[in-house]
Amino acid sequence: MFGLNKKDTSVLIIVAVMVMLAPFLLNPFPSASGLAQFNAGYPDLMQKFVIFGIFAIGFNILFGLTGYLSFGHAAFLGVGSYSCVWMFKLLGYNVLPGILLSIAVSGVFALLIGYVSLRRSGIYFSILTLAFAQMSYALAYSVLSNPKFNLTNGETGLQVYADDPQWFHNPDRLPDLPHLFGLSMRATYKLDLGAWEFQFNAGYYLCAVIMLACFYLAIRIFRSPFGMMLRAVKSNQQRMNYTGLNSRPYTLAAFVISGMYAGLAGGLLSAVDPLAGAERMQWTASGEVVLMTILGGAGTLIGPVLGAGFIKYFENIFSKINDYVLHSWFSFLPDGMEDAVVFLIHPFIGKGWHLTLGILFMLVVIFLPGGLVEGGQRLVNWIRGRKAKSSTAAHETNPAE
Amino acid sequence: MGILEVKDVGKRFGGLQALSDVNLSVKENSVHAIIGPNGAGKSTLLNCLVGKLIPDTGSVMFDGQSVLGRAPYEINQMGISRVFQTPEIFGDLTVLENMMIPCFAKRDGAFELNALSAVLKQNDILERAEHMLEEMNMADKRGMHAAALSRGDKRRLEIGMCLSQEPRLLLLDEPTAGMARADTNNTIDLLKQISEERDITIAIIEHDMHVVFSLANRITVLAQGTPLVEDDPQNIRGNPKVREAYLGESA
Repeated sequence: MFGLNKKDTSVLIIVAVMVMLAPFLLNPFPSASGLAQFNAGYPDLMQKFVIFGIFAIGFNILFGLTGYLSFGHAAFLGVGSYSCVWMFKLLGYNVLPGILLSIAVSGVFALLIGYVSLRRSGIYFSILTLAFAQMSYALAYSVLSNPKFNLTNGETGLQVYADDPQWFHNPDRLPDLPHLFGLSMRATYKLDLGAWEFQFNAGYYLCAVIMLACFYLAIRIFRSPFGMMLRAVKSNQQRMNYTGLNSRPYTLAAFVISGMYAGLAGGLLSAVDPLAGAERMQWTASGEVVLMTILGGAGTLIGPVLGAGFIKYFENIFSKINDYVLHSWFSFLPDGMEDAVVFLIHPFIGKGWHLTLGILFMLVVIFLPGGLVEGGQRLVNWIRGRKAKSSTAAHETNPAE
Repeated sequence: MGILEVKDVGKRFGGLQALSDVNLSVKENSVHAIIGPNGAGKSTLLNCLVGKLIPDTGSVMFDGQSVLGRAPYEINQMGISRVFQTPEIFGDLTVLENMMIPCFAKRDGAFELNALSAVLKQNDILERAEHMLEEMNMADKRGMHAAALSRGDKRRLEIGMCLSQEPRLLLLDEPTAGMARADTNNTIDLLKQISEERDITIAIIEHDMHVVFSLANRITVLAQGTPLVEDDPQNIRGNPKVREAYLGESA
């Protein structure tokens, strides 16, 4: 179906169902219960899941297929965000032109950076991309925000002001917030079912549909002759050159495609929250997408999405646990012991969530080099192995003569 | 006029004159072996032919066109394919995919952004790759990862990949180095068969005299960066200069 083989189609369908039902799946705990803080089914976080999923899917096309590790992809995310907000400022709050422009601008930007950076490979390529991203960050943070020429609005961040032109904006008919032909991105339908409350947000579903389209496109790229060439680049550039193929256009195309994915993700970040800051371009943001891809499984289809969800979940849920919450969990212990336990766990929660994430990342890289996807495969193999064993054991009980 | 004409080629690495005044003419449809003791400059010469190195002096003409200053992929497109000393294949890809890539590249190696067509629907290319695998007796290994093949099979695959491009000149750099005797003999038979059945010129660099004398119909002996003699195999065998270069015996 859709030009995919059976296995890929089923992967796509499973992802589509999970994304569409995310408001249910991510909200397993009743809203009044103590575990409700582990619910991730609120619009803000769900939007981040799918948007950073897009970012990681795009990054994986470059890193997973060609093996070129870019440390500067946040630059494209930032460029996309700024482009989208500029469309809001100039044209009005409809998200469509903003998203389209963010893809186009980040594509051009990626072409420039890729053209220069791809002259080198390995660590030199990584450093070049990192340098470009940090330069972009510096430009956005200070250089391009002076009174004469204010493109990025510096540390305040680019946002829409009342005196902006917004040529096509009609405040009488349209919401004063990002919208898609009148449907506000913040519009949320709340469904109360017993003790549970489920939220269906327009912005989330827009991002989700776009993510599914991106995921589908990524599968097609993975299975295309172009994708095969990219894997050949990763596997053996020497042989590629001596087979009459110039690897440069292939890597550049992969770089531009992944840059456009990043720009799209940046545009969507602005579409759900019309504010673009320079910190989106910082090297930590570039590093985050590398972590997502490796944690989930570089070079796999579903891995980057899992990695993005995993990291964003930790960032938003783990960081919310504070000492007060811990005390309420361990209140059944005697006083001294309760304090001791809370003292021991304290560094790993709240602001310390980075520490937990770092430890988990190390564990995954050491024990599951293929990321979460490899973990899943091992689990399936283990279960199958047990089943096979029990069936052979059954055979052994009445052996053939 | 041979298909490959090397004239007065010299190459210096710092204080070492690796090649000097190399003149070589490889005739079309011959099997031309280049032999010589270690450090004679065989590999340097080969690298000069495929664009990995640019000689300091002299010229290299393939079929009337200079190859100097061209990138390896451009030289390959002119019709020169190279087999490496250690097989260079796409280890992470399956055997079939390995064979498909040179089949794609046969269209002049031109870049194509065919990101939306499926690999498995490229019927003409798939057919060609399958056909080549059958010719190499590797059809049963088509789904294997190339890295998992035995040394001999890797060599077979690499030669098959080169042949699927239908090159006019096949360069082999010690194709049997580090191989077991049985694999060596298989490779010899394969190369013999190729040179007999196809309209192809083979230039081979080799240490193993067994391989050289079973294949070559012309031999150039290289010593200290310069050709010592060029002759037919039966004359090389008894040539005192060659014995001297190899064994250090005085003639």
